[in-house]
Amino acid sequence: MLARVGFLAPIVCYLAVFFGYPLAANFTMALREYSAASFYTGEAPFVGLANYAAVLSDPVFGTAMANTAVFTAASLAFQFGIGLALAVFFQRHFPLNGVLRSLLLIPWLLPLVVSGTVWRWIFDQEYGVLNQTLLGLGVIDSAVPWLSSTAMALPSVTVANIWVGIPFNMVILYGGLQGIPTQLYEAAALDGAGPWQRFRHVTWPLLRPVSAVVLMLGLVYTLKVFDVIMVLTQGGPANATQTLTTWSYSLSFGELDFGLGAAVGNLLILIALVFAVFYLRGLRTSGAAPGTKGGR
Amino acid sequence: MPSAPTGRRPHLLRGSCAVAAAGLLTLTSACAGGGGEEEVTSLTAMDYNLAEPQNGTTQKMLDECGRQAGVEIKRDAQPRDQLMPRLLQSASQQKLPDLMLLDNPNLPQMAATGALLPLDEAGFDTDGYYPSVLEVGTHQDTLYGIAPGVNGLALFTNTAMLDEAGVEPPRTWKELRDTAGELTRGETKGLAFSAIGHEEGTWTFEPFLWSNGATLTELDSPEAVEALELWSDLVEEGSVSQSAVNWSQADVNDQFLGERAAMMINGSWQLPVLDEEGAEYDVVPLPVPEAGAAPATPMGGEVWAVARNGGEREKKSVEVLQCLLSDENMREWAELNAYVPAKEEAARQLAEDDPQMAPFVESVPTARSRTARLGEDYPDVSAAIADAVQEALAGSGSAEDALAKAQKSVPES
Repeated sequence: MLARVGFLAPIVCYLAVFFGYPLAANFTMALREYSAASFYTGEAPFVGLANYAAVLSDPVFGTAMANTAVFTAASLAFQFGIGLALAVFFQRHFPLNGVLRSLLLIPWLLPLVVSGTVWRWIFDQEYGVLNQTLLGLGVIDSAVPWLSSTAMALPSVTVANIWVGIPFNMVILYGGLQGIPTQLYEAAALDGAGPWQRFRHVTWPLLRPVSAVVLMLGLVYTLKVFDVIMVLTQGGPANATQTLTTWSYSLSFGELDFGLGAAVGNLLILIALVFAVFYLRGLRTSGAAPGTKGGR
Repeated sequence: MPSAPTGRRPHLLRGSCAVAAAGLLTLTSACAGGGGEEEVTSLTAMDYNLAEPQNGTTQKMLDECGRQAGVEIKRDAQPRDQLMPRLLQSASQQKLPDLMLLDNPNLPQMAATGALLPLDEAGFDTDGYYPSVLEVGTHQDTLYGIAPGVNGLALFTNTAMLDEAGVEPPRTWKELRDTAGELTRGETKGLAFSAIGHEEGTWTFEPFLWSNGATLTELDSPEAVEALELWSDLVEEGSVSQSAVNWSQADVNDQFLGERAAMMINGSWQLPVLDEEGAEYDVVPLPVPEAGAAPATPMGGEVWAVARNGGEREKKSVEVLQCLLSDENMREWAELNAYVPAKEEAARQLAEDDPQMAPFVESVPTARSRTARLGEDYPDVSAAIADAVQEALAGSGSAEDALAKAQKSVPES
């Protein structure tokens, strides 16, 4: 009995101190008027749900929610789609396969601040390589304000984030593909299945558990994306790229209203939790099926 | 997995956690002890002068002034955007640095915590300072911060480009539009300014807002709308790049240096940078709505503040502060940063010696404190103004709608 507690205590203490306490602190902070003065005096009057009410009635809230949804959905769809296509492509044997695959990892290895800065340069309205190229090819007749118009900024930032996320999707999905026994493909081919049918009826179902993990991790990563947006647009222009994450930051550390920032942070946690529950339920139902594999 | 007897497990765990926590507490309280009325031999200071040569000079001045006051000063320099969070963090542990150098719009927030020492009460001598400089260090009629030097905004022009186009530096809004249009050729825009979505953008816009008679508390007034329309017209006409919404003032300076903008609105601290790059430029006061109208630039720059850290420490800190603000140090600091000295006499001297500084010196007596009316609510309103400016320049919204939205963030009083 004592031994059991002894083994458990470190992890429980760790969780309590580094996860439980900050979460609880964030939760209570959101119920208080926590201003700059609160830090010194220690006085933060309890205001109930006033912070949530203020956040929900703020016009930025709708914008930030919509931006977060679009940014996350588009990022996930394209990262996953392109990552899967590349993974399937690299399954074939061809010269320089390994070299190319490692080169594609580079976006993942670069610090996000570096890739963000490079994208900012690419997207520059006057001198950016993207506008120069498109103008040179005659695709557009005037420079597109990629990052400096409220209409284009969100798509541009999303494109940069998709680029960052592709390698991660590709690597994990490629790993998943390696676990699918080749005999299945041979058998399917003997039965007369074409490439699309082999993908549809062999690859896709057997890759499902891996896909679920990739999408879930991708969702969490994308919801909390901060650096890419911060480097490219800082949430601007006029909140056009403000997501819940960047908004929470600017409320807390820009306007020094930590109660409001915490409230937005909690909403973000809530959203992530909802998806986590879906994921766990999905896992439980598919866990019974013989889908999980280690690749014998 | 067999489940453990549920009744006792959580209880025991709580016990062992509590023991660990108690251990930690004893450790921290052991470290935090001390202080009291002992003789003070060291002070702490925090600032954001990380770039050279400001970094080295700040260190040197603190060392020197510490030596004179008989204390050793431990300085902690933070990145600019980390300074306020760091200060608040140390405030929560009641361990504010004895001396802190704050950007002046942040002073009211810091002062509102009650953690700062009122300087007049501490016997700080304010003789010879510009009243406008003292105002930016004042919160609710009490002086909490004092600036070694201040900065402001002016119009920088590329002399070669203006000569080539045969135009004079603009003095009114109309001239600004005409001149900027004329100077826009090929890759070069007529004008550049920062319309970024935070304080830097707001503060660049404020002289336009104020000189047209608008105030920070009535953002939806026709005067304010007119000021914003001037900016959006400049962008619409192509005289200013729409990218301005993503430019910091340093980016604007790069545009000007790279000859991609013939004129720019920027602060005096860019003078050393421009000189180092060997640029040929001229500096004139910001254009005003009508000829002869009074300019109104916001007062920029940092203020030194002292924490309420107890009798002896406060006394030593004020002593160090007096030394930091000696005529000699003030002059050196002003020259290094291209700031205007906070004392009138020294500023007048500087304007005579350095004609490039003259427009900035001229603007100081009428320069306004950004926080005078709004106090600790200023950052909130500033963010709303920056948003409105961005919406008018980068979005589809009109200046009027954008400012009407911003007005909602102004607290009712």
